[in-house]
Amino acid sequence: MNAFFMIVQRDLLLVMRRKSEVLTALFFFVIVTSLFPLGIGADTALLRKIAPGVIWVSALLATLLGLQRLFGSDYQDGTLEQLALSPRPFVVLVLGKITAHWLVCGLPLLILAPVIGLQFDLDTASLKTLLLTLLLGTPVLSLIGSIGAALTLGLRGGGALMSLLVLPLYIPVLIFGAGAVYAKSVGLDVTGHFSLLGALLVLALAFMPWVSAAALRIAIE
Amino acid sequence: MNDLTNKSWLNWFRLASPSAFYPVAGRLIPFFWILSIAFGLAGLWVSFFVAPVDAVQGQGYRIIFVHVPVSWMSMFLYIVMAGWAGIGLVFNTRLSAMMAQAIAPIGAVMAFLSLWTGAFWGKPMWGAWWVWDARLTSELILFFLYLGFIALQASIDQVRRADKAGAILALVGVVNVPIIYFSVKWWNTLHQGASVSMSKAPSMAQTMLWGMLLMALCFWMYAIAVTLMRVRVIILERETHTDWVKQLEEVRS
Amino acid sequence: MTAHISHPPFSAQSFQAKNLTCVRGDQTLFASLSFALTSGECLHVRGENGVGKTSLLRLLAGLSQPEQGEVIWNASNIKSDREAFHQALCFLGHRDALKEDLSALENLMMYATLGASNSSRESALQCLWQFGLRGREDLPVHYLSAGQKKRVVIARIAMRGAPLWILDEPFNALDSQGVQGFIGLVEQHLSRGGIAVLTGHQELSITGLRALQL
Repeated sequence: MNAFFMIVQRDLLLVMRRKSEVLTALFFFVIVTSLFPLGIGADTALLRKIAPGVIWVSALLATLLGLQRLFGSDYQDGTLEQLALSPRPFVVLVLGKITAHWLVCGLPLLILAPVIGLQFDLDTASLKTLLLTLLLGTPVLSLIGSIGAALTLGLRGGGALMSLLVLPLYIPVLIFGAGAVYAKSVGLDVTGHFSLLGALLVLALAFMPWVSAAALRIAIE
Repeated sequence: MNDLTNKSWLNWFRLASPSAFYPVAGRLIPFFWILSIAFGLAGLWVSFFVAPVDAVQGQGYRIIFVHVPVSWMSMFLYIVMAGWAGIGLVFNTRLSAMMAQAIAPIGAVMAFLSLWTGAFWGKPMWGAWWVWDARLTSELILFFLYLGFIALQASIDQVRRADKAGAILALVGVVNVPIIYFSVKWWNTLHQGASVSMSKAPSMAQTMLWGMLLMALCFWMYAIAVTLMRVRVIILERETHTDWVKQLEEVRS
Repeated sequence: MTAHISHPPFSAQSFQAKNLTCVRGDQTLFASLSFALTSGECLHVRGENGVGKTSLLRLLAGLSQPEQGEVIWNASNIKSDREAFHQALCFLGHRDALKEDLSALENLMMYATLGASNSSRESALQCLWQFGLRGREDLPVHYLSAGQKKRVVIARIAMRGAPLWILDEPFNALDSQGVQGFIGLVEQHLSRGGIAVLTGHQELSITGLRALQL
């Protein structure tokens, strides 16, 4: 566990020393959500209806932006090899990196999302649901995304290729997450959505770190 | 898995070497083409002449005799592809990985055909080229999964890394396909928009089922034949530097 | 620049390669390569650029898999007990493996935790000072010169105290004083019973040196 916290702390420290990278993904999130009203029109009723989908899709895309950094810097300066050769379990170190990624990319989305939700005139109950779905869903996005990042490590055109690989896998999270907010806004029961989101989170936590670790070993061969 | 594994008199492990498999595959290819054409003719005959005209949809519904079999095949081939890739990853056998690489484009074509025939069915029936129903949407996502696999393997220069990375992607995909399908079905019922659904097939007359089964067999034999042809080409590409390839007639001429 | 880092002597170790075959793309770089090293021996892998020295070292470290053959550490295959092998191994690749935005001290502390050794901040500082980095421990590494970065890397190796060293081009970027100091460090490691495998174009005069020409 010592190693896990060390990696999380190390990655957070590295991000703090290069703040610009973090803020870019956040600004991207805000800008993209603002594009939709500009493209569709300011009809409040319509915006309220599309808000869950728009915010969730923008969260997906912002997470994708941040994923490119997940293993890239360690791969380039040779630290990733050292992590793979450490006596500490590689899976724990990988999980540490994914956790740090979520703290840097996912958590700020949680803070910004209610603000965006207000821009789209969502009611309080829906906003609460939105926050909860993002809380459950963004870690899953980081976990699933880490596989895409690991598989495309060091490849030309890595970013676009990673998006092609990862976005289909994101679809269940998107459906349950945005679906829960929409259901709440029309007064339907959301327990089903949340149990499914929870199940996805448990599955992702159980399997994704191992798969990513295996993919990373293949990438550094 | 395809018919090859059922021939008990062939020593399975001997065939795991590309140089041993190459001639065997070559001899099998015409056999599968003949089967494919035979099933195809039978299937087309049933679908055009034997199956009755549908009360609601008229003659146009007959496109399901292509649409449904290719949908089945696209899903089946993904599982087979993931299976070969998984074997290649676990046992470190090159030929298994080559089989997965061979199957991928065929599966992608099947998925694309499913979407295309789906559009041709939808337009005269419901007036729209595309319907966001659960099966078509899942088929679209399956098409993206195929494209992702092909794109990933194409982007990696080192062959063994491409094999292994593709295997991981295919295995993750195969686990996710049921999850994706379930979530899309859920999404479809939640947003009760269009009341039309491809899944509500016309109540199946026995002959219609026969037609689809025969066409499915036709596409299956076709897929095997083309896979064997492709895997032979892949073997040649990868093993150009070996002696046995240089000795082949095709290469020397 | 000789170091006086105290680590206890090692018990008897052995490091063997058996029938290693390495294939990169279409080319077979080397085939059926074997050697055996025991405590106090150092293998100097020599050859022209591109002949496969780095590939061999990566095979020995377990980063890549050989087409054929196996690598054996203390009578067991390195794949069978990965953790024990990683505990015993200190690997240096082509790149420095230093985080440029962290300071030298922070880098060493990170490696102390990764290497599962209980190095304190003081011992890390001692290491850095002994390699001439006093006053530069807290600077982000990207401010250091190439030679200074290499000294941080050497400090990391010295601090770790692992019995098996696999070092790829460790003399790069070092001036002649640095090279001498590093050779002294290797000799000290060997006299304590450690094993080393390294590449380099220099002529080395180390006791217990064996050469492998690829």
